[in-house]
Amino acid sequence: MSDELAIRLLGAVKRYGPITAVDGLDLDVPVGTCVGLLGPNGAGKSTTMRLLTAQAIPDAGELEVLGFRLPQDSKAARAECGVAPQLDNLDVTLTVEQNLLVFAHLYRIDRHERREAIERALKMARLEHRRGDKVDKLSGGMRRRLLIARALVHRPRLVLLDEPTVGLDPQVRQELWALIDALRSEGTTILMSTHYIEEAQRLADTVLIMSHGRGVASGPPAELVREHAGREVLEVYGPPERLAEVQAEAAEAGLRTRRTGTSISILGVDGNGYPVEGDRRPANLEDVFVLLTGEEIE
Amino acid sequence: MSASEQSPRLGRLERPALTGVLVREVVNFSSYWRSSTFSSTVEPTIYLLAFGFGFGSLVSRIGGYRYVEFVGTGTVATAVLFSSAFPAMFGTFVKYKFQRTYDAILAAPVDTEELVTAEALWIATRAGVYGCVPMLVAMAFGLDPSWGMLTVPLIAWLAGFGWACFGIMIAGFASSFENFNYVVSAVLTPLFLVAGTFFPLSQLPRWAQILGEVNPLHHCVQLVRDAVFGFDGWVDLLRVGALVLFALVLWRIAIHAMERKLID
Repeated sequence: MSDELAIRLLGAVKRYGPITAVDGLDLDVPVGTCVGLLGPNGAGKSTTMRLLTAQAIPDAGELEVLGFRLPQDSKAARAECGVAPQLDNLDVTLTVEQNLLVFAHLYRIDRHERREAIERALKMARLEHRRGDKVDKLSGGMRRRLLIARALVHRPRLVLLDEPTVGLDPQVRQELWALIDALRSEGTTILMSTHYIEEAQRLADTVLIMSHGRGVASGPPAELVREHAGREVLEVYGPPERLAEVQAEAAEAGLRTRRTGTSISILGVDGNGYPVEGDRRPANLEDVFVLLTGEEIE
Repeated sequence: MSASEQSPRLGRLERPALTGVLVREVVNFSSYWRSSTFSSTVEPTIYLLAFGFGFGSLVSRIGGYRYVEFVGTGTVATAVLFSSAFPAMFGTFVKYKFQRTYDAILAAPVDTEELVTAEALWIATRAGVYGCVPMLVAMAFGLDPSWGMLTVPLIAWLAGFGWACFGIMIAGFASSFENFNYVVSAVLTPLFLVAGTFFPLSQLPRWAQILGEVNPLHHCVQLVRDAVFGFDGWVDLLRVGALVLFALVLWRIAIHAMERKLID
């Protein structure tokens, strides 16, 4: 039912010349959940985000955001969405507070509530003490916090976060996770794209793994892992010749493997009995991710 | 019940959307108004001094006016052009390409049509104010005040809107900053020179005079001059019509160009 879905995409297609960036994508985001779009660079995550704000017009497919049909009613949908893009587009010549003020206007916050909304966003970004500073004086983490707070200034029902922590220190990343988690617990619907596995695993209720513009698997992270990678993984280290050997043996035994740079991971060795020495570890989302989106870098 | 039944579909050219974009410009302006006011005051003063006194010593009267009066009113159009077409071209390009400001704005409930319109309105308003500066400077050099001068900000605003849309259109079609060189050399400089600013068009060959009649800048020059020294009925009404047409056509093309650029 479409009124319980914040986002509904059915067979969305977006082509750029000879490149098909989004290739028949189906995506459901139920109200009140956090859905993670997980995929390698170039999988079509950012294009999907642009489709949702009608900054890209699909070549085919049905799109609905908060019950509004896109692209024709996109403006009404955008009024209730908050967007934090991957590339920082804050006004660097303006102060922190002025950036929020501009968006309080752009999102049509009532005159009487504007002040309060700006204060709330400042608090959320923990930038009250930097309100008068120009944005180009802020650190990378502060800028990203401001970028997200700017998207929340009007208390949107749906928030689109495109790679919210890309290029940030682990400490800053954790800080942002806390912010996103707080938002989630307030019941805001979130669609977040990321290529950080850990991020998806921690924050998303459901993950959609994308590859070449399509969804290749979806479900709660733990279920995806169980379904595609089993419970345990055997990680075998050794010289390249040995690894090739191990890989061939595993293939013979009907087990799937993936290279992890210095080692070979053998998936689905649940229980015992596999006769190779190695480190056993729980299967994780990264195993699923590499398995489904391929090992080769394009 | 779906959401589209609850709240009406939002319309075109809504005031809150225009206001939002304008607020951004006004807030921004508060940080750079000094430099832009300085340059738009000093530039026409230099033109006036250079041409007014340089040429003025050779030609004392031109077309029935003292030369300083002729140039003082003519450079209003120059100030309008410099404070509209140029900032529109460069500002638009920077905002969509380098600062990605427009991406941020279009993710909010603002359409390209509203974005372009608000930007042009803002630039036109600035041009309306800065356009008057040369006239005020000329007054300091002896131009007599007249009631018609009160219409000069409106003329400057109208022409400024058209040139702002021109600049936005060029930025919309350009793929790099270098493209602007062609426009400045091949379009703006010739139009600037055959506008009747520094010398009357009647001195020029016939083809250049015809070119002048399709030059919006020329209509702006003539309108300002007539506003100061006395309107010329139907002729000036036609000139206003030409400027309105110029503004409307370029407004629509600018929107189209930016839509192509901003919406994939």
